[in-house]
Amino acid sequence: MEILLAIMTGILYAAGIYLILRRSLVKLIIGIVILGNGVNLLIFLMGGLVKGNPPLILSEGKALEGLYADPVPQALILTAIVISFGLQSFAIVLIKRAYKVLKTDDIDTMNKTDDIT
Amino acid sequence: MSEHLTIYPILVHLITAILLLFFWMNPKIQRYISIVGSAAGIVIGGLLFSRVWENGIQSIQLGNWEAPFGISMVADTLAVSLILLTNIVAFALSIYSTENMVSSRVKFGYYAIFHFLIMGLSGAFLTGDLFNLYVWFEVIIISSFVLLTIGGRKIQIEGAVKYFTLNMISSIIFLTGIAMVYGATGSLNMAELSRIIPEIENKGLMQTISLIFFIGFGVKSGVFPLYFWLPASYHTPPAAVSALFAGLLTKVGIYAMLRVFTLIFPLGETNQIILMIIAGLTMFFGGIGALVQKDMMRVFSYLIICHIGFMVGGLSLFTEVAIVGAIMYMFHDIIVKATLFMLGGVMFRIFGSTRLYNMGGMMDDYPKLSFLFAIPLFALVGIPPLSGFWPKISLFSASYTAGEIAMLVMFIFASLITLVIIAKIWNKSFSTSDPKRERKLSFKYFNDFSFAEKAAYVAPIILLVGVTLYYSFFAEHFQMVAERIGEELMNTEHYYNAVYGIKEVSEL
Repeated sequence: MEILLAIMTGILYAAGIYLILRRSLVKLIIGIVILGNGVNLLIFLMGGLVKGNPPLILSEGKALEGLYADPVPQALILTAIVISFGLQSFAIVLIKRAYKVLKTDDIDTMNKTDDIT
Repeated sequence: MSEHLTIYPILVHLITAILLLFFWMNPKIQRYISIVGSAAGIVIGGLLFSRVWENGIQSIQLGNWEAPFGISMVADTLAVSLILLTNIVAFALSIYSTENMVSSRVKFGYYAIFHFLIMGLSGAFLTGDLFNLYVWFEVIIISSFVLLTIGGRKIQIEGAVKYFTLNMISSIIFLTGIAMVYGATGSLNMAELSRIIPEIENKGLMQTISLIFFIGFGVKSGVFPLYFWLPASYHTPPAAVSALFAGLLTKVGIYAMLRVFTLIFPLGETNQIILMIIAGLTMFFGGIGALVQKDMMRVFSYLIICHIGFMVGGLSLFTEVAIVGAIMYMFHDIIVKATLFMLGGVMFRIFGSTRLYNMGGMMDDYPKLSFLFAIPLFALVGIPPLSGFWPKISLFSASYTAGEIAMLVMFIFASLITLVIIAKIWNKSFSTSDPKRERKLSFKYFNDFSFAEKAAYVAPIILLVGVTLYYSFFAEHFQMVAERIGEELMNTEHYYNAVYGIKEVSEL
C-alpha cells in the first residue's frame, strides 16, 4: 500500500509541475491544485499507514494500545487543505480577473511588468 | 496576564484588524484605528523586547500542552527585535497610507488586511513549530495577494499572477520539506528537532531536506535563480504597499533561513558552499539588474535582491561575527528599504512619474526634502557614519578571517554597484535641472497638497530617517543586540532550555 501511495504522490507531483510549465493560465491553476494534493498525500504517507486502528482510547482503557494511526499528519493535512482551499479560490478569481483585464490566457504574452523601457 | 505578553504582538494586530472590519465603509475612522493599533503594537513590542532583554528567552505553550506536543511560541532576542522593527515600520506606514491610499481602496479593506499581514509577520517571528511557521507564511502571502491586487489596475493584476504563482509553489515546496522532516523524525517542534536531527544516521537525507527548505525560503526571500517574481510585482501597487513588502516580506524568508539553518539544520560544509555561491550570484545579478532599469521603483526592487545577498552571504559564512553582521544588515535593510519606497511615492507625486528621465530639479525645487531623502539613499550605500556602513565591517572582516576572499570581493562589488546606482539616481533626479515636464491634467501634484496632506507623506519618512540616524550614531546599541542574537543562534541550548522550561544557570 505504501509503495502504491508513493508512486501516486510522484505522479501527482509530476503532473502538477508539467501543468505549471504549460502556457495557459487555467492549466497553471490546475497544476497548483494537483501539486497541493500531492503534498497532502505525502504528509499522509509520512505518518505511516496503519489499517483499522484509529487513535481512540476505549472507555475501559487508560492509554492508547498497540499500533495506532498517527493523528498528527491528519491534523496537518486538514489544516493544509483548508489553507489551500482559500488560496485556490483566490487564484481562480484572480485568473478570471486577469483574463478579463489582459484579454489573454497565454502566459508568454504577459510581459508588461518586465519591460525595461 | 503578563506571562502571556509573548503572544500580545499577534493579538494586538488581530484585534485591530477585527475592529477595522466593523468600520468597513468609513475610511476616516479606519485611518485613526489603524494608527492607534500600530502605536499599541510599538508599545507591546517594546515591552516584550525589554522583558526578553532582561530575563532571557521567553516561551509559552499554546493550550498548555507540554513542549514537544503542543505549539510553542518562543520570543528570543532575534524574534522580538524584528517584531519591534516591524511595528515601527507598520506605524510609519499607517500614517503614510492616510494620504497614499485613496478612499476607494480603503473601502476594499486595505487597513484590515494590512494589520492581518503584520499579525502574520509577528506570528512567523514568534512561532517555535515548523508547521505553525507554514501557517503564518500562508497568512502573510494571502494578505499580500490582496494588498497587491487592491485597486485592480491592469499592471497590478499581471504582477499579481506572477507573484501568486511563485509564492504558491514555494509554499508547496516548504510543505514538502515539512512532510519529510515529520517522516524522518516524528516531530515538528523546532527545539526538539534541534536535538533529534544531529543523531539521525542518514546524513544524505537530512542534506536533501535542508536544501528543500532552502528552495522554499529562497523563493520568499528572492535569492538568485528564484527572484524573478520580485521585480515583476513590487513596483505595481501604491507606494505604501510596496514599502511594506520591500521592508518586511523578503526579510521573513531570511528570518526563516536564519532560524532553520542555525537551530534545525546547522550548515554543513556543502550547504555553506551552495549558499555562498548563491549569495554571490544574488548580489551580482541584483546589482546588474538595477543598473539597467529606467524606472526608480524597479531600480529599488532590484536593489532589494542585491542586498538580500549580503544577508545570505553572512549566514553562509556561519561564524558568529558573520551572523552578527547579517543580522545588523537585516535591521538596517528593513528600515532603509521601507523608507526608499516611501520616498519613491513622494517623488511620484512630485514628478507625476517614477521614470528616471521624467525627473530632475529636485534640489532646486525642494531643497529640504532633498536633504531628507539623501540620508536613506546614502545610508543604503553605507557611506560612514550612516547605517549601512556598520554591518559591512562585520561582514567584510568575517569573510576575510574565514579565508573566503571570493565572498569578500562580492561584498565589495555589491557595495560599489549600489554606490553607482545611487549616484545615478542622485544625478538624474536631484542635481540636474528641471526637464520642463508637461503637467498631467487630472493628477494631484505634491505642491497642490495642503499642509496636512504633505505632512502625512513626509512625517513617516522623517520618523524612519530618525531611526536610521539613531542606528548610524548609536550603532553600538544595535551591535550589542546583534551580538546577543548571534550568541543565542549559535548556541542552540538556550532555545531548547527556554522551550522546555529548564532553568539556566546564570553565567554572571
